[in-house]
Parts: sequence; structure tokens; C-alpha cells
Amino acid sequence: MAEMNEKAILQFQDLDISFRTNAGTVHAIRGVNLDLQRGETVAIVGESGSGKSVTVKACVGLLDANATVNSGKILYRYTDEKGAQQVVDLLTLPKRELRRTINGSKIAMVFQDPMTSLDPTMTIGKQIMEGILIHKKADKAAARARALELLELVGITDAERRMKAYPHQLSGGMRQRVVIAIALASDPEILICDEPTTALDVTIQARILELIKDVQKRLGISVIYITHDLGVVAKVADYVNVMYAGKIIEVGNVNEIFYEPKHPYTWGLLAAMPDLETDDDRLASIPGSPPNLLHEPVGDAFAARNAFALKIDEKAEPPMFKISDTHYAATWLLHPDAPKVEMPTELVARLERARKEAEKYL
Amino acid sequence: MAKYILKRIGLAVATLLLIIFVLFVLVRIMPGNPFPSERMSAEQIANKRAEMGLDDPILVQFGRYMVNLAHGDFGKGTSLYYGAPITTVLTTCIFNSFRIGGLAILMGTTVGLILGITAALNKGHFLDHFCTVFSILGVCVPGYVFLIFLQYFFSYKMSVFPYFFDASRFLYSSILPALSLSLFTMSTVARFTRNEMVEVMDSDYVHLAESKGMYGSKLVTRHILRNALIPIVTVLAPLVVDLLTGALVIEKIYGINGIGKLMVDAIAGEGVDYNYVLALGILYSALYIGIMLVVDLLYGVLDPRIRVSAKEGDA
Repeated sequence: MAEMNEKAILQFQDLDISFRTNAGTVHAIRGVNLDLQRGETVAIVGESGSGKSVTVKACVGLLDANATVNSGKILYRYTDEKGAQQVVDLLTLPKRELRRTINGSKIAMVFQDPMTSLDPTMTIGKQIMEGILIHKKADKAAARARALELLELVGITDAERRMKAYPHQLSGGMRQRVVIAIALASDPEILICDEPTTALDVTIQARILELIKDVQKRLGISVIYITHDLGVVAKVADYVNVMYAGKIIEVGNVNEIFYEPKHPYTWGLLAAMPDLETDDDRLASIPGSPPNLLHEPVGDAFAARNAFALKIDEKAEPPMFKISDTHYAATWLLHPDAPKVEMPTELVARLERARKEAEKYL
Repeated sequence: MAKYILKRIGLAVATLLLIIFVLFVLVRIMPGNPFPSERMSAEQIANKRAEMGLDDPILVQFGRYMVNLAHGDFGKGTSLYYGAPITTVLTTCIFNSFRIGGLAILMGTTVGLILGITAALNKGHFLDHFCTVFSILGVCVPGYVFLIFLQYFFSYKMSVFPYFFDASRFLYSSILPALSLSLFTMSTVARFTRNEMVEVMDSDYVHLAESKGMYGSKLVTRHILRNALIPIVTVLAPLVVDLLTGALVIEKIYGINGIGKLMVDAIAGEGVDYNYVLALGILYSALYIGIMLVVDLLYGVLDPRIRVSAKEGDA
């Protein structure tokens, strides 16, 4: 089987996906590389339409029918019944095989909107048991016991009674807990959370994040977190991938991304976070909007919105420059011949404040 | 739930009574003569009117009619089937129409569902396009045109099925009319099933079910079809009434002694037969109200959200 990073459990290699639409072909994912290691949390951040969701949907076989995978691999490493290490490319598995052997039992997913992600005609007990019954050789009673256990694990009180409830009888936060219970039903190794808190109000958000962190620690699973909320990233992630126009443009551990970001786009994202202590009353934002991927971008896709753009940005796409063993960024500013450009002073001051704030809690 | 059902039945009866009253008055104030007037002298007509009490005040007539109706007596025809009680004639016609209509419903919904499901599961491929073309044709081509077409091939060219309805060989001679009657239902059900399923298949909860490892027929029956059925039941209900009450033209063409044909005869015969028009009007309304009631109760079975709100309405 294909070459795979020794330590990774899931590895995206040069993933390239396009969508056929009436307007033409949209090149949504343009070569994504991403590693996930056992037990760690990786976040993918980016604007709407940057390709975050498509990337993860590809690995659970939920791409829309008009999507084509042009190239790339999604390698997954698992231990088979005999205890041998196996590596499989999830993109080559037939759908049926993927559902039978991977979905739920190895890789599970939590969706964005708990109001729509539960089947309205089925009790939540049944929806949780369903996953257990397909993957484990368990009888109904055992599945039921396990479902009760899961409901308690995700913090639903009165689980016995809730088993018989229909989704519309529960609040949004409760439903998201149920969705998490469903995802955990067959002991997956990887949990993909696609903006799991976006549709919830702020107090519930914090609790759901705590829950996912707690579950991860207890069960030792790996988590991929998709979000556009950097506050969420700071709370949960070990590594951060910043995505722009179908590409990962900066990757690093959470400290590197938050305190020493190198890509102007990451600077923009960080500057756009609301902050109580900024002097300016207006909310900073990145000018313009992401490129339309119906037309293949020439050079750096971010160039048009980049105040620090160089001439070369309009001609050639920057490669990933290495900053440290874990920190890489795709911007020509990191090229040895590039003029020295520093982060905007406003942002530097702000990150400094954030660092001091964080130190108080250490 | 029992209280809710009782309430609904009470409402249904009240609606029906109101409809009977309106129908009764309408039939009497409409222009037209209840008797085959061309063959009768003015004196005969006057005698007949007096005999049937048509000169009494309308409310008195209505009271008399309702008393008879309470005994299950629809009276006798004023111009049609002279002398025979309407109940007897109606029973024969209902029997014929219901059996052909029932057969049509059975064929229409099963074939329609199969076509719709096949199309949805093969969305964008040949079978989907085939089903779409079929359902457009089925909705556009009137049933009786299709019947003539079937008669030409299966009766005239191949002599497989008879030309006309024959009550003594019921099933054999019902296939062609039932098939043409079911065409519209079949296409409508196919189209709705396909569209609803495609929509449900793209919903978050189906994606969640897939992401936990559901696939194939289990996914379709447990999650997709169950949710897609709710709107399908809504369109199916009035179609069922249409089929049961017979098709005017198809019954005429195929010589079926059904209620559709009876309705045409009652209105367009030698006179407007007050009692037949009324009896058929009551039958149509009762069927419609009854089926809508069944559908409302069925919703509760299919959709737990409705079930619970019905319970709350109880309290």
C-alpha cells in the first residue's frame, strides 16, 4: 500500500476535488495535505467556501454526486482482527464497503446543525442503537444498555426516559449531545466535528466543546475540528490548519498559529477576531471576498486581498515554506529573497495581550 | 388520542350535514326539470310534483328527506330507473366502481412507488430520466385516451382482453379500465416519491445515518422512505377519492355500470334527477370527508411531531 507517515492515523495526500455545476467546473479543493495523529485534535479553519467541509466529507464518503476526486489519497491506518497494521485509501473503497467497515465504527461525524441532523420520525434511543446494531454483534438488550451508557456519557440526565423521546422534544444543546452519542456509539477512532457549535448559543457552545474534549480524553480518540471560529480553535486544538480557496496555507501547532502566525491571511483572521481592548471601534476585516473557484486562480489565490502581496504573487503560487518542524506557511514573504515584512503592529500588540492573558491561566 | 379522534369524527359528521343541506337547496333552485318533461303533459308533471311533495316549502321537503335518509332510504329516482329504489341501483354501481377503482389504486400506488424509488436511487441516470418521461406522459395523457389505445392493442389486435366490461368476468374485464384509470395516480405518485426522496436523501439526518454506517435497503426503508411518505400521503388522498368515485368518461367508453356513468345519466338524462344527483353528491362528500379523516389520523402514525401536538390538543 501507499507510503504513509509512520505516526499518522489519517493522512490526506494532495487531495484534489472539483464539482460540476451548471456554471462550469468549480475546483474546490486544490491539493490538501493534512496529518492526524492518534489522540490529537486538528482544527481546520477558514472562511465559508474555503473547502473545509468538502475535505472531511471526502473521507466519510458523503461528497455530493456532482463531485469528482481528480487526484490524491486519504490514507487510514487501522489494526485488523489479527492485530496487523493495515493502510487503506478511503477514496478507493466502494461506498458499501466504506459504510460497512469505516463509517461509524472507525470514523464518525458530528454535523453542524443538531436541529436537522436527527431523523424526526425515530426515537433517539433507536437512532443511537442503530449504529451499535450494525457494527457490533450485539443483541437488542446489549445495544440498549450501551445506548443508555452513551446518553449518560454525553451528560443527558434521565436517560431512560429520553430514550423514548423524539428529536423535536429536545432542545438544540441536548440534540447535539445525542448526535455526539450517536457518533460515539460504535467506538470510532476518529471523530470529525463539522462546526459542531455554530448553530448553538454561546453558553451551550462552551458546554459542547467541554464535552467533546472530555470524551476525547476519556476515550483517547482523534478529532478533526472544522470551524471558522478561532475562539473554538484556541480552546480545543493541538494543531491548526488554515485553509484558503481549497488549499491549506498555514499549518502549525496552536501556539505557533496564535502567537507567531506567518501568513498574511492568518494575520487577517486573527485581527478580525472581536476584542474588548482594541482602540479602534470598528471590527477589523479582510477586504474583498474569496476568489471564485470557477476560474482557476493564477499565482497566490490570496494576492488580490493581500496588503503585503509581492509581484511574484500574481505569477506563481507559493510553495509551503518550513518555519519549524511543525510550522509551515505558503507565502512568498518567507522566501529568503523576499523583503522583510512584519506583522501589523496592532496585531502584534494584540497577540502580546492574548499571551499575557493566557499565562494567567497556566 | 381517542378524544381527538371522536372530535374529528364529530366535525366530519357536522360538515357532511351542512353539505347535504346546501346540496338539497341547490338542486331545487337550479333551473331544469326533474322529470322527462318532453314525454309528459303539463298536467302529468303537476300531478307528479304533488305526488313527490315538490310543491311543499323547501324546509318541509328537507325535513322529510332527512327522516328518510336516517332510515337509509335515498328515495326513488324522479326520471331515472323508474320505480326502483335508489339504494338498490346505487349498490350495484358502487360495487362496480369501487372494485375497479380499488384495483386502480392498488396498481397506481405500488407501481408509482416502485418507479419513484427507482428514479430517486438512480438520480441523474437513465432510469431516473425514464421515470420522469413516463410520469410526464402519464399526467398529460388523459386516462380515456390511454384506454382507447389499450383497447386497440389488447382487444382489437391481440384479443387478450375484452372490449367492454362484463360483470360476470369481473377481474378479467377490469384490467384495462383499471390500468388506464391508475395512470394518473401512478405518475403523480412516482413524481412525488422521486422528488421527496431526493430531498430527504440530501438531508442532514440521512447523512448522519450514512456516517454511522447505514446503507442500502435499511437506509431507504428506515430513514428515507418513512420521511418521504408524509407528503406523498397528502397528494394520494384526493386521488383515492377520484378513483373510487369512478371516471366519467372511462366508465362510459368501457360500458361500466358505475357511479361515474350514473352521475352523467342523472344530470344529462331526460330530466335532472333530483334524488340521484343528491344521493351521489352525498356519497362523494362522505367519501372525501372520510378519506381526509383517515389521512389526518395516518399523519399521526407516520410523523411523531403531529402525534404529539394532537395529544396536546386533547388536554
